[in-house]
Amino acid sequence: MIIPRKLILAGAAIAVASALGACGEREQVVVYKQGKYQGKPDTKPWENDPGASLYTSSKWSKGDRTGWESALRTRNLAQNEYTRVE
Amino acid sequence: MARMKFLCDAERCIECNGCVTACKNENEVPWGVNRRRVVTINDGVVGAEKSISVACMHCSDAPCMAVCPVDCFYRTDEGVVLHDKDLCIGCGYCFYACPFGAPQFPQAGAFGLRGKMDKCTFCAGGPEKDLSKEEFAKYGSNRLAQGKLPACAEMCSTKALLGGDADVIADIYRQRVLKRGKGSEVWGWGTAYGKPEQRAAPAGAKS
Repeated sequence: MIIPRKLILAGAAIAVASALGACGEREQVVVYKQGKYQGKPDTKPWENDPGASLYTSSKWSKGDRTGWESALRTRNLAQNEYTRVE
Repeated sequence: MARMKFLCDAERCIECNGCVTACKNENEVPWGVNRRRVVTINDGVVGAEKSISVACMHCSDAPCMAVCPVDCFYRTDEGVVLHDKDLCIGCGYCFYACPFGAPQFPQAGAFGLRGKMDKCTFCAGGPEKDLSKEEFAKYGSNRLAQGKLPACAEMCSTKALLGGDADVIADIYRQRVLKRGKGSEVWGWGTAYGKPEQRAAPAGAKS
């Protein structure tokens, strides 16, 4: 069986690439930038699906910031008992 | 969205510690860590006893953020001050800087171990996937991502503790003070709402 030259070359290239891949050096120390948050990025509260949480009464569609804000505002205003008893 | 804040009405707080319990339960806060606590002055003095519920106030210019040597604090779009526990080194600088004693350090380990800082998150979780197990384990419940407000404020039986958009809760508090005719003498009222006599005058009354 004759193996095509191109196939041998491709195999060799893959072997060299994977062998040298381990030689790469990854940054293991956090480089601090004064006054800048260094941690992981956080997701926005309106970016999740409200249906994913149990017992939620607020409704908005995923990624809808305005809908989330109005849902929260409703809860906010519910803290005023004067509007509930009068 | 304005800034998320807490506001505690000292005229209403009855020192029931319901907010403390709600916080503990909601976030499964470990023994020895108190994200929220009730402070009472003139305890036992009739007529002079006042209580207030205190936790992280999510300062607009937070001193904890300023002093953190590893810059693990960040502020969300809603004005909630949160931190990344993976970066925190538990040095305690934030505890010394905070005027409210909000940062807490678990000491469950051996040799007086001081763990990573833990504090009130305004029930907004932390820098992990929203509503994930990892987020709950590290930071507690993420009620904001569920369209809810902090558990402590929402369950307060006398509604002494208000939490949410600063503009809205300030309006609720002002309406309350004007209604009961007491409280506008507190320090800072003029700055927040203008002069009491201007605001207190009912509609249609002669000034």
